Amino acid sequence: MTEPAELDRILAAHAGREGSLLPILHDVQAVFGHVSEAAERAIAHALNLSRAEVHGVVSFYHDFRTAPEPRPVVKLCRAESCQARGVEALAARLRADGLVKVETVYCLGLCSVGPNAMVGDTLHARLTPEKLDVLVGGLA
Amino acid sequence: MKDVGMSTTVRISDDALALACGADAVAAAFEAAGCTVERVSSWGMHWLEPLAEIDGAGFGPLDVADVPAVLAGTSDKGIGPIADHPFIASQQRFTFARAGKTRPLSLEDYAAHGGWAGLARSREMGPEATIAEVMASGLRGRGGAGFPAAIKWTTVAKAPATPKYIVCNADEGDSGTFADRMVMEGDPFMLIEGMAIAAHAVGAAKGYVYIRSEYPHAIAKMQAAAQAARPHIAPFEVEVRVGAGAYVCGEETSLLNSLEGKRGEVRAKPPLPALEGLFGQPTVVNNVLTLAAVPWIMANGGAAYADVGFGRSKGTMPIQIAGNVKYGGLYEVGFGITLGELVEVVGGGTASGRPVRAVQVGGPLGAYHPPADFHLPFDYESFAAADGLIGHAGLTVFDDSVDMSAQARFAMQFCAAESCGKCTPCRLGSTRGVEVIDRIRARQGRSADAVESLPQIHNAKKRARGLADEIALLEDLCETMKFGSLCALGGFTPYPVLSALRRFPEDFGAVSADAEAAE
Repeated sequence: MTEPAELDRILAAHAGREGSLLPILHDVQAVFGHVSEAAERAIAHALNLSRAEVHGVVSFYHDFRTAPEPRPVVKLCRAESCQARGVEALAARLRADGLVKVETVYCLGLCSVGPNAMVGDTLHARLTPEKLDVLVGGLA
Repeated sequence: MKDVGMSTTVRISDDALALACGADAVAAAFEAAGCTVERVSSWGMHWLEPLAEIDGAGFGPLDVADVPAVLAGTSDKGIGPIADHPFIASQQRFTFARAGKTRPLSLEDYAAHGGWAGLARSREMGPEATIAEVMASGLRGRGGAGFPAAIKWTTVAKAPATPKYIVCNADEGDSGTFADRMVMEGDPFMLIEGMAIAAHAVGAAKGYVYIRSEYPHAIAKMQAAAQAARPHIAPFEVEVRVGAGAYVCGEETSLLNSLEGKRGEVRAKPPLPALEGLFGQPTVVNNVLTLAAVPWIMANGGAAYADVGFGRSKGTMPIQIAGNVKYGGLYEVGFGITLGELVEVVGGGTASGRPVRAVQVGGPLGAYHPPADFHLPFDYESFAAADGLIGHAGLTVFDDSVDMSAQARFAMQFCAAESCGKCTPCRLGSTRGVEVIDRIRARQGRSADAVESLPQIHNAKKRARGLADEIALLEDLCETMKFGSLCALGGFTPYPVLSALRRFPEDFGAVSADAEAAE
């Protein structure tokens, strides 16, 4: 399906829903990997909003990307509970090689078994440097 | 060959935490060995996950390699009957009564364990008597503010405008908290029943559950449960909406803006969301744990709930023990247990085996408490009196390797990263706070900068600043943020910062009391 046709399908699926902008943006990002300027224009048109309003929402939330991310994304929790269990040493290790995109998240809700990370929808707990190397090695 | 009729039934949780610890592989190994595997909710003993239950006896934490020994009866990972384990036996589980016992998406299991009884009684009694019952329970908002739930419901019930909405705040962003996630993944119908009771009480036809995007498993379970529960809650309807990674959306007005498809900026109050909330309509916004407590209250009576607790904090609190702790997990108990008992006895001290130095209570906006505070009873008022808060009842334990000035800096940095930008004390104060703390950590004073040296600037110091000046500046900034911010993000960030500064001054360049005494 072409990009505009796919976008139309998403917009049609949410037509008439109350407060549909976030669900639309989630769907667009899930399909295309990011929310492009063209997509912002099409969404604005469909919802009778200005592009500035749509872009304001896209840029407000950490989840939405305006450009594609070619590398695999590892969401690493760096909130207090994971800090208390030593996540900062892991974060330094990940930054060093740059093979994966490391996104900091504040809390995956597994605070008693950290340090934790999420790749896609798969969670990884009780991370050690060795387990992290295996995880990253399998992605890059 | 194994007799099919003799197949062993093994119960393993499919909670996200169990999955993260490898529960799927362990479950597959039991299945491959000919067992019948039931995926149930988590008991909440996280250090034992993946935990397998066979005829009431527990084995954990299990690896795939442990499975043959467990089945042969030679495993050394047995913990005996789970229900008799001290961690479970010493709890008072109201909200988590079904934890570990039911399959989360089984309507049959839910009904067999007392599900829908609260909603049925609420429908018999009618809306006014339902609110009176919740009032009698003394239930206070579990999101952190502790506002009496029944008063909020009364305001919405009496509001003339229609339609009305029920919004469940499931944007559990605080580090050290996971009780909302465990409710949604382990007992989703209980939350839906609680929302249906609230809807019946106030006259709402539609409910939204706003779940953070970091919880994909909770989202999937709640979506399935909302669909499956439709015949039980009709004409009320529940829809799941997904957040997009903004911590501030856990603040109720910001959450409402986000649900409306806007930037998650905080709204000034008044108007109260109870009168002008979602799409400008009367709206009940309650936390997951608040709504999840309601079915029990309606089924067993408000008085039974209020019998448990301490002072003005009635009922039970699902406390989350996390961070560097030996026995972390979900511990539901009546208010009034002391902090020390939770950390040292229930939690077993640190996982690293080093001494406990600090416990942050109530998430990233909660205060850091030294062991000197371990006598504090766990209730809203006692923690407020000790310059702290219980928030969503998460405890994050730190050992003695923690640098408290780094934690104070992190609190300001977190506020800067997550500020919605609407009010100045939070938006700018957090960044200035990071800078001041950096100077304190470097133990460097500084001379007046180019702007401060201008003759037009009358209120800035012209002389060089020392460490004491910088600390005074940080305290002053915290006062400004506390009283000048629109919501709890900017308003409560001073709690971790000031508690770190005042309770652990030796990490901010001050001579510790011990060192002074030695001189």
